Amino acid sequence: MKERLYRITDRLVSYARRKSPWILHMDTGGCNGCSIELFAVLTPRFDIERFGGVSKANPRHTDILLIDGAVTKKIRPRLRRIYEQTPEPKVVIAVGACAISKGIFHDAYNIDGPLDEVMPVDVYVPGCPPKPEAILQGVLKALKLWESRYTV
Amino acid sequence: MAKDNERREKLCYTLPLGPQHPMYVEAENLMVRVDGETITGVEVNIGYMHRGIEELMQRKNYLQGIFLAERICGICSGIHSVTYCEAVENALGIEIPERAKYIRTITLELERLHSHFLFLGVMAYELGLDTGFMYTWRDREHVMDMLETLSGNRVNYGIPTIGGVRRDLPAGEIPGMLKRLEHLRKRAEHYVILFSSDALVRKRTLGKGNLPKGKANSHSIVGPVARASGVNTDIRRDLPYLLYDELEWNVVTRMEGDVQARVMVKAYEIFESISILKQCLNRISRTTPELKTKTSLFVKENEGMSITEAPRGELVYYLVSNGTDRPERMRIRTPTFTNVPSALPIILKGEQLADLPVIVGSVDPCFSCCDRVTIVDERTGESRGVDEAFLRKLGEENGD
Ligand code: SF4
Repeated sequence: MKERLYRITDRLVSYARRKSPWILHMDTGGCNGCSIELFAVLTPRFDIERFGGVSKANPRHTDILLIDGAVTKKIRPRLRRIYEQTPEPKVVIAVGACAISKGIFHDAYNIDGPLDEVMPVDVYVPGCPPKPEAILQGVLKALKLWESRYTV
Repeated sequence: MAKDNERREKLCYTLPLGPQHPMYVEAENLMVRVDGETITGVEVNIGYMHRGIEELMQRKNYLQGIFLAERICGICSGIHSVTYCEAVENALGIEIPERAKYIRTITLELERLHSHFLFLGVMAYELGLDTGFMYTWRDREHVMDMLETLSGNRVNYGIPTIGGVRRDLPAGEIPGMLKRLEHLRKRAEHYVILFSSDALVRKRTLGKGNLPKGKANSHSIVGPVARASGVNTDIRRDLPYLLYDELEWNVVTRMEGDVQARVMVKAYEIFESISILKQCLNRISRTTPELKTKTSLFVKENEGMSITEAPRGELVYYLVSNGTDRPERMRIRTPTFTNVPSALPIILKGEQLADLPVIVGSVDPCFSCCDRVTIVDERTGESRGVDEAFLRKLGEENGD
C-alpha cells in the first residue's frame, strides 16, 4: 500500500516538475549573441513559458542549465562550481558554436573550453547564434531527457 | 561611543555580486562596500569575458577579421564590423560606393534601434516591471525581422565587407520596412510616457545615480551616458562618417545626469534613429546598384583609424598594417570599457543597495565589449584573466 502511494506521489511530482522546468542561463565568454537570442526565447514571440520554463538565476533551484560561450580561463572554475551546485537530475544544454567547439575563438589564448570538457553536456544546439526556434527545440529535447532521468 | 563604533564596524562589509548573478546575463563581479544599506564604494572586477580578440585578429587575415570584429559583442555586432572595415579601408585609402554607405547606415541605425529597445526592456526588468520588459522585447522583434530581411541573420549580420557591403536591400522590402518603423515610432512614444510619468518609475529613477557634467568630462564618459549628463558629444555629428552629415537628425542631450535622464536620452534617440532610417530608405533607390569597390587585401605599410558612435558610445579601431594580408597591430577601444569601470564607482556612491541593479543597468553595461583588457584580481590568484606564462611568451616574441 505504502509503496503504491509512493509511486503515485513520485509520478505526480515528476509530472509537475516536467511542466515547470527552471532554467539557469549563463554566458561563459562568447559574444553575447547567443545570450540575446536566449532572452528572445523568454519573450512573447517565442515564449518559453508556454512550456512552463522560467529563467531563474539560482543554480540550487535549477533543472536545466543553458550555457553559451567558449569558457574563458577566468570563468571555468566558477562554471564548474555552478554545475556542482545544481541538484540532480539536471540537463545541460550547450548553445551555440562557441560552447560546442569554441567556434570562432578556437585558437584564442584565453579560451579554455569547449563546454564538454568542463561538464557533461546532454543537448547541443548548433548555430552562431542559433535561432530562437532552435533553442526552443533544444529545451524541449532536454525536457524529455530530464523526464527520463527523473522517473524511477 | 565605543559601542556605537563597534556596531558601525559590524554594519560595514563587502558584498560580492557576481560573477553569476540574477542581475545580468553576463559574468562580472562587483565588490560593493556597504554601510548598512548605503553603498560606500564599489570595485569593478571585469575580465570574465576576456577572449583575446585583438591578438587573434593579428593572426588572421583581413577578411577573417571582419567576423571576429563582429563577434566582439552580439548586441553591437554591426558597428564593430563596420568600424573594422572602415579602419582597413582607411589604411588602403579607398572610398566605398554610395549604395554601400546607405546599406551600412541602415544596418547601424537598425542596430541602434534594437539595442535601445533592449535597453528599455532591461531597465523595465530591473525596475520590476516585467510587463514592460515583455512589451519592449516584443517590439524589438520587429527590428530583428527588418535586420533579417536586410542581411539574412538576426544577430551577427555579416553585412559589411572590405570595400563595401555583401548584400543589397531588396527594393520590394522598403514599403514594409517603412510601415514597421511607423509602428515602432508609436510604440516608442508609449514608452516615453511610461518611463517619464509612471509614479513608480519616477520614484526609482529621479535623482538616482547622479553623474555631474564635470565628473563625466574628467572621467572620459562617452555616448548616451555622457549625453545624459549634459555633455554635448556625438561622433556621428562631430566626426561624421558614412552619411550622417547629409541626413537631418538631432543630438539628444539632457542636463540632469540621473537614471531618468539616461533612460530618456535613449528613448528619444529611438525617434532620431527612426527618422534617419526613413530618410535612408526613401533615398536609397536613387543610388547606382554598385555594392563594392574592388580592392587588394594586402595592405601596404600604413596606419588606419576609424571612430564611430556605437549604440553605447564612442568606438575606436586603430590598425597598423605591414604589407601582408594580416594586421601588424589592432587596437580596439570600446565604449563600455570607458564607461563601466570609471562611472560605476562614482554613480553608486551614497546610493541605497536596493537601487544598485537599476543604476548599474542605466549605464547599459555590455561586458563582452568591456573585457577588452584583463584586470587581474590580485587577492585571489585563481581568477586571473590572462595566463602569465602566455604573457611572458608574448613578450619574448615581441622582443621587449
Ligand atoms: S556561438 Fe556565435 S553568437 Fe554564440 S556566443 Fe559564440 S560567437 Fe557569439
